[in-house]
Amino acid sequence: MPITVRIPTPLQRLTNGQGEVQCDGSTVTELLANLEQRYPGIKERICDQQGKLRRFVNIFVNEEDIRFLQGDQTTVKDGDEVSIIPAIAGG
Amino acid sequence: MSLSKEQIARYGRQLILPEIGMRGQEQLARAAVLIVGAGGLGCPAALYLAAAGVGTIGIVDRESVALSNLHRQILHTTDGVGHPKSRSAQARLVALNPGIAVHAIHDGVTAAGARQLFAPYGVIVDGSDNFATRYLVNDACVLLGKPLVHGGVVHFGGQVMTVLPKRSACFRCVFPEPPQAGAIPSCQEAGVLGTAAGTVGVLMAHEALKLLAGFGEPLTDRLLTFDGRASRFREIPVRRDPACAVCGERPTIQELMTIDETVCLDPQPKEGAWHASKSR
Repeated sequence: MPITVRIPTPLQRLTNGQGEVQCDGSTVTELLANLEQRYPGIKERICDQQGKLRRFVNIFVNEEDIRFLQGDQTTVKDGDEVSIIPAIAGG
Repeated sequence: MSLSKEQIARYGRQLILPEIGMRGQEQLARAAVLIVGAGGLGCPAALYLAAAGVGTIGIVDRESVALSNLHRQILHTTDGVGHPKSRSAQARLVALNPGIAVHAIHDGVTAAGARQLFAPYGVIVDGSDNFATRYLVNDACVLLGKPLVHGGVVHFGGQVMTVLPKRSACFRCVFPEPPQAGAIPSCQEAGVLGTAAGTVGVLMAHEALKLLAGFGEPLTDRLLTFDGRASRFREIPVRRDPACAVCGERPTIQELMTIDETVCLDPQPKEGAWHASKSR
C-alpha cells in the first residue's frame, strides 16, 4: 500500500486536479522526489533551490508537522498520510 | 445595555439559542471587530457580523472597487466601481443593519499605524490579500494581545485558523516566514471562485462570533482547510513553536516592521502559481 499525499488547492493544477495522490519513498525527501517524477514541476513549489522546505510551506506526516519530527529526513511508510500545506495569501 | 424591541425582533432566531441568549447578544452589541480587507473574504465576513449585531465594525482597505472584484466581493455593486471599498462596504452594512456603527478606513495597514488602528477593536479578522499584510497583522495581534481570525483563499479552496496570542499557535508558528520577493511568481491573478472565498469568509465570521459571544470552542491550534474541488474539509493540528519569531521563547520581533511587499519579478505568469498578491 503506497503513501497518500494530500495536495493543496494551489498545486492541484499540477496533479490534474487531484487532491490526493499516491507516492512511494522511505523518507519525506524520497517521497518528494517520487512526487516530482510523477508530477513534474511540483517540487520547486514546495522546496527552494537548495532542496529545503520553503518557510511558508509545511508538510505533515500523519498530522504531525515534520519540523517537530526529523524534518525532511522524517521516515514514512506504506499507509501513511502526508499533507502539504502552504500559507495562502489570497483574500 | 438592554436590547430594544426592534433588536429583540431582529435577532430573535439567534437570541433563542441558549448559548447566545440576551447575554451573548449584548456581548455582540458591545463588541468591536476590525476587518482587514473588504475583499473576497472580508465582504462575506462583514455581512454576517453586521447581520448578527456586532456593535462596531471597522473596515480597512486602501483599494477602490473594480469590476473584476464583483464576482466575489459581495458588498460592492456595479454602481460602486471606482469608489473606495471601505466606504462601499460601510454603506451596504449600514443598510443591512442601521443599529450598528461601521467605520470605513480608506488606508492600508502599516507597521507605524497598526497599533493605533487596532486599539479600539477586540477581535481582528484578517481577509487581506498579500503576505506582507498577513504577517504584519499576525505580528501586531501577538504584540498587542488581540485575538485574530486568519483566513486565506485561492483557486477553489482555502484555510482558516484562530489565534489567541501567546495561548495558541500563531500564523508564524505554522508558517515561519513569508516568501522572499521573487522566490515565487506572485503578482499575477491566480484566480479564485467566489463561492470558495464566500465559504472561507463565512467561516471567519463564524469564528469571530464564537469569540465575541463566548460559545463553542475556538478554532485554535487547528488549521481548517477547505478543498473546494472535492468539497472536503480537513483539520490539521498545529502547535505553538517555541522558536516562533514573534510568540516564541526568545522572540526576535518585538517591534512591528514593514515587510517588503512581494514585488513582481516575473512578468510572465506561471501556470499553477501559488498566490495572487493583488485582488485584481
